[in-house]
Amino acid sequence: MSSLDAPQALSRAVAQTAEALRPRHTSSRHPGVVRVTHWLITLAFLALLVTGVAILFSHPRFYWGEIGNVNTRPLFTLPIPASRDTIATGYGFVLPDQNGWSRYLHFEAAWVAVLTGLFYVAFGFLDGHFRRNLVPAPSDLSPASLARDVGRHLRFALPSDQEAWSHNVLQRLTYLLVIFVLFPLMIWTGLAMSPAVEGAFPSLVIALGGRQSARTIHFFVTIFLVLFLLVHVLMVYLAGFRERVGAMIVGRLPERMEPEPAEPQHTEPQHTDRR
Amino acid sequence: MSKISRRQLMTAGLWSAAGASGLVVAAKVAERYGLIPPDARVLYGAGETLTYAAQRLLTRHSLAREFGRSEISKDPFANEVDPLGADFQRLQDGGFADWRLAVDGLVARPASFSLAELKSFPRSTQITLIACEEGWSYIAEWSGVPLAHILNLVGALPQARYVVYRSIQPDWWESIDMADALHPQTFLTLGMNGEELPIAFGGPLRLRVPRQLGYKNVKYVNRLTVTDSLKPFGKGLGSASPEGGYSWYAGI
Repeated sequence: MSSLDAPQALSRAVAQTAEALRPRHTSSRHPGVVRVTHWLITLAFLALLVTGVAILFSHPRFYWGEIGNVNTRPLFTLPIPASRDTIATGYGFVLPDQNGWSRYLHFEAAWVAVLTGLFYVAFGFLDGHFRRNLVPAPSDLSPASLARDVGRHLRFALPSDQEAWSHNVLQRLTYLLVIFVLFPLMIWTGLAMSPAVEGAFPSLVIALGGRQSARTIHFFVTIFLVLFLLVHVLMVYLAGFRERVGAMIVGRLPERMEPEPAEPQHTEPQHTDRR
Repeated sequence: MSKISRRQLMTAGLWSAAGASGLVVAAKVAERYGLIPPDARVLYGAGETLTYAAQRLLTRHSLAREFGRSEISKDPFANEVDPLGADFQRLQDGGFADWRLAVDGLVARPASFSLAELKSFPRSTQITLIACEEGWSYIAEWSGVPLAHILNLVGALPQARYVVYRSIQPDWWESIDMADALHPQTFLTLGMNGEELPIAFGGPLRLRVPRQLGYKNVKYVNRLTVTDSLKPFGKGLGSASPEGGYSWYAGI
């Protein structure tokens, strides 16, 4: 083999690898943008959660309105130790101060989450991802249909392999709630705690009832997002952890879960009653 | 096949070169317009730079929110302070008659002001909220001399970019950029809620910068240095905060 053949051999190898990696069917389970943004947001969210808890340790008390400090009565106090000795927690020890790097990383991860989220939302509207994959069909929103779906979830009835190609109505509503209510509320209440942002846009704070109200809402939205994360991972586990996580990484489900060949369009939502 | 690959390679190369030079140009422009914080090179400097640049672009001239007199906190929390030491005790025993505020650096007329002189300057008041990075907050009426007035008096030079301010507590020193230093609500604070500023809250002299968190509001201020670079101060990160792991800019 002459040295001139080497580039050709290389490009042939690349082409073969690409062919081997090509999805067996034209549509993948999750679009590339969804997969990349999903994992970026996951990373950012975990960083925000860990650093948020570390910041919380410096003042595990919550208030409503504009002001709140150890001299004022809290709305509620978390039964956890603190990283400051100015707070009476009932514990005989004070945790080490982790606020510095936690705040640095919290805001850096917030940038990753916000920029990734904006890109995802722009893609979702422009590409039709929301319309196709997340907006429920009107027929699925009827009380009877919703009740049936809730019942199926309560009985832990596992979805068929065919259903792995779509989202059921409860999934769709939950994802929409997370994307369009919880995350925006998180960003809003976060911004409302920035003194410079408050100066430029005071109505952001006033509409929430004050700086301490914003902090308290920020905390409760965290609770909801952590609940979502737990249920989300549980559902992925029940539906087949390796297959579903694999689908969110490479975009494909195992061949045995592929849709019937007769089916015309894999990406169209399957709104028909499956029973 | 190989032709397309080569073309793709060249395109990718061109895009990378364009991207890299774009980043270099962006960094130069950001530096030129003062959008890079002094602690940009720490581990989390990227996020810090985005925050500082975004807030300087969007909020440079905005005023901190002012509150009504009825919203002033009944029980403000002073926070703990480290022991103030013998020098402070001596000054306190003399009714702070010997307290001096030295102003040096890039100024036409370096000066040293007594509290009596500071009190003779035009006073401003503001009812603003102070928030600690830990999460707690209170509202008070602060009265003092706008820092801009002092900078005018001493003739800060046009190349000034930052004001470094130091406390009688050697471990607590900070700096702010000129956007905050010349801001009308940035005070050398002498009074709180209609009385002399209590010692626990930073009396006799506290620098109040209401668009930033509590730790930028240094208590017991006794020296201002106007500078065009923060590199010579401490470890060159801008203030004691980044040296202790906290961000230099605390507008968030």
